[in-house]
Amino acid sequence: MTSITGVRPAAVSARGWGWRHAGRSRPAVRGLDLDIRPGERVLLLGPSGAGKSTLLHALAGVLGDSAAGAPGAGGDAEDSDETGSLLIDGAPPRSQRGRAGLVQQDPETQVVLSRLGDDVAFGAENLCVPAAEIWPRVREALDDVGLGSLPLDHPTSALSGGQKQRLALAGILAMRPGLLLLDEPTANLDPDGVLEVRDAVGRCLDKTGATLVVVEHRVAVWKDLVDRIVVLQPGSATESAVLIDGPPDQVLAEARDMLIRAGVWVPGYVPQTRPRTAPVGAAGQLLLAADGLAVSRERPRRAGLRERFRKIPPRPVQSGIQARIRAGEALTITGQNGSGKSTLALTLAGLLPPVAGTVSAAAELIGRVSDGTGADPYRWKAQQLISRIGTVFQEPEHQFVTGRVLDELLFGPRHLGYGEERVDELLERLRLTELVEANPYTLSGGEKRRLSVATVLAAHPQVLVLDEPTFGQDANTWAELASFLSELLDAGTAVVSVTHDAEFSAVLGGTELRLRAGDAAAGTPAVTDRGLPEAAAS
Amino acid sequence: MREALSLRGNHALLTRANPLAKFTAVMLITLVLALSIDWVSASVALACELLLLPLAGLTVALLWQRGWPLILAAALGGWSTAILAPDAGAVLFDAGIWSISAGSLQLGVGFMLRGLAIALPAVLLMSCTDPTDLADALAQKAKLPQRFVLGTLAAMRLVGIMAEQWQTIGMARRARGVGSSGNPYQRVRATLGQSFGLLVQAIRSASRLAVTMEARGFGGAARTWARPSTFSGLDAWVLLVGVSIAAAAVAAAVSTGTWNLVFLNHQ
Repeated sequence: MTSITGVRPAAVSARGWGWRHAGRSRPAVRGLDLDIRPGERVLLLGPSGAGKSTLLHALAGVLGDSAAGAPGAGGDAEDSDETGSLLIDGAPPRSQRGRAGLVQQDPETQVVLSRLGDDVAFGAENLCVPAAEIWPRVREALDDVGLGSLPLDHPTSALSGGQKQRLALAGILAMRPGLLLLDEPTANLDPDGVLEVRDAVGRCLDKTGATLVVVEHRVAVWKDLVDRIVVLQPGSATESAVLIDGPPDQVLAEARDMLIRAGVWVPGYVPQTRPRTAPVGAAGQLLLAADGLAVSRERPRRAGLRERFRKIPPRPVQSGIQARIRAGEALTITGQNGSGKSTLALTLAGLLPPVAGTVSAAAELIGRVSDGTGADPYRWKAQQLISRIGTVFQEPEHQFVTGRVLDELLFGPRHLGYGEERVDELLERLRLTELVEANPYTLSGGEKRRLSVATVLAAHPQVLVLDEPTFGQDANTWAELASFLSELLDAGTAVVSVTHDAEFSAVLGGTELRLRAGDAAAGTPAVTDRGLPEAAAS
Repeated sequence: MREALSLRGNHALLTRANPLAKFTAVMLITLVLALSIDWVSASVALACELLLLPLAGLTVALLWQRGWPLILAAALGGWSTAILAPDAGAVLFDAGIWSISAGSLQLGVGFMLRGLAIALPAVLLMSCTDPTDLADALAQKAKLPQRFVLGTLAAMRLVGIMAEQWQTIGMARRARGVGSSGNPYQRVRATLGQSFGLLVQAIRSASRLAVTMEARGFGGAARTWARPSTFSGLDAWVLLVGVSIAAAAVAAAVSTGTWNLVFLNHQ
């Protein structure tokens, strides 16, 4: 059953399969029985900790060697441990390089080489495909994922997140695998990027007939593309690892409540959130104002000898921005990829210097204590900054500064000489009480996000800036976060968020600042500003 | 930095030469220049190298833009040699323990010219050579182990990402109240903390990249090469020019009597 492009769809079979990672006491997967027929398209769901990624890595043949096969292997917790069998076409995945292709979550580490064509060719080269056959495969794969219009020497660093994920898919397709494995391939992408990748996957499957296994929280994106949903649960000694298995509509009907409880984004369901109670539209105190602001991440360069090393300001990604940030009001910054949303937020937050124009704090934000600081947040010392403007980064790990959850939370208050009452309240409110002794790096994605919000709030800032706070979050964390922020807003904190998430900004209400992917040099004001009418309604 | 290494738009003659030939020529010149510390061989080599700039698509302005740290380091090295080397001949400038004499000045100038003459070929090589093509040549023609060569190449791409991450982590830590201000001790501590954060992220990125590469079949004993690395007539010329520059430098120094082998105690 070989299709025109030379792809033979793969079959998967698991019998009592289990895997324990090295150094862990509990197995990640236990007692998995699963059969996937050639050409089937499966969406894997389940709560975090159900072992979805472990299964995908095992099928891709990239899990470390297990001690089970080694002579004299005992139950040493330092070694990983495999039980049962997991086979592709009747043979172990590790023995069949290239039979399965894996795309992971983080776009940046899916790229291997610096030129587009070379990156796609990499997998085919490793599989010893004759050189003459590689380039036709590369061009075909790039066409299939919709990157065919770019030159083969296009720099991969210049691609957007969605393009990088499609490039990764092309690299896999050039290997002609019978099994496509996608591990949350769209979790870090904006809505356009999500659809780009989903549609590219659909086209490739229609063409090659390959088998698909995809792990993803957002069911609506993949529902129409798959013909089977398998829900996994954390393995136990008595229960099977497969909780529910069937056609998408049937599974979604039967297990809807259970999936919602597990934080899965079920189609047509928006999680319950706390509505705003304070009257929207009542103008709060002005805290921060931006006028004629131009922003860029780059630093000024020095000109050459001929121009006497004069400073050359960087080319702004966005300019002519006006913004007013008021107590108890939300400001949502939206716009396409590359329009400078994050850069604007970081500039407002006093972390990047303005290229032109000003960001100035009002007297209300500078506060009663005159500590000799001006109105420009970028000039404030770090400790002066965090008690006024708090910033939550997209990647929580970038902000961890200690090795223990409790120390993370106490870090700000200790340096500012505050009491620790707020910390207990935050621990309770963001459900971190159980985790105080844990290492921040070992937390789950949702826990890391809640911790990063809590650590920033522990310093009592009056303005909170968040960069894509809902990216990759499950529905439970999403709802908690939205409710918590709505509470903060009603209590008088100003919230500035960069987001693509329309439902999220609807919960917060307030004003939207939409950046156009503008040509800043042309001097057109690339900004529109409109209210969110049904702000408090949902 | 990644932009600076890109060759797009550079169509100079030397971009078409095989990277291994260019690499060998550069190594030859460097080795010969490392043998002596006189100023004649260094100036001859430097003059020849400057003549080659257009062939690599470089102008003096571009050279300064890409190579200024090296040029500055060479100048600084020459300057400190001039003031610190033992005096010989007429003293030209004296400020207590620092003094410049004709002898030490000559040594200093020689040192600076040598630094430039050694650094310039490397800048030249990188401005007309794509790292991927160099890796291809090293693995296919020089028969270096492909796992090592490709692993290094992929890791080099991560260095560019790390430069961006350094900036982001710096901002993220400022947003936690860890500032790069205060006394030197606090600054050092803050920088150490930021370095640790970068290290954690680098290890994570590296292990994810390793999974990506393994999932694409990397690590087997054999592989094919989509970009066969080939030699042409141009490469013979590149080698010949390399040998000529090295030979001219030695010949000029020997004939003027300044050739001065470092390991034969020059004083």
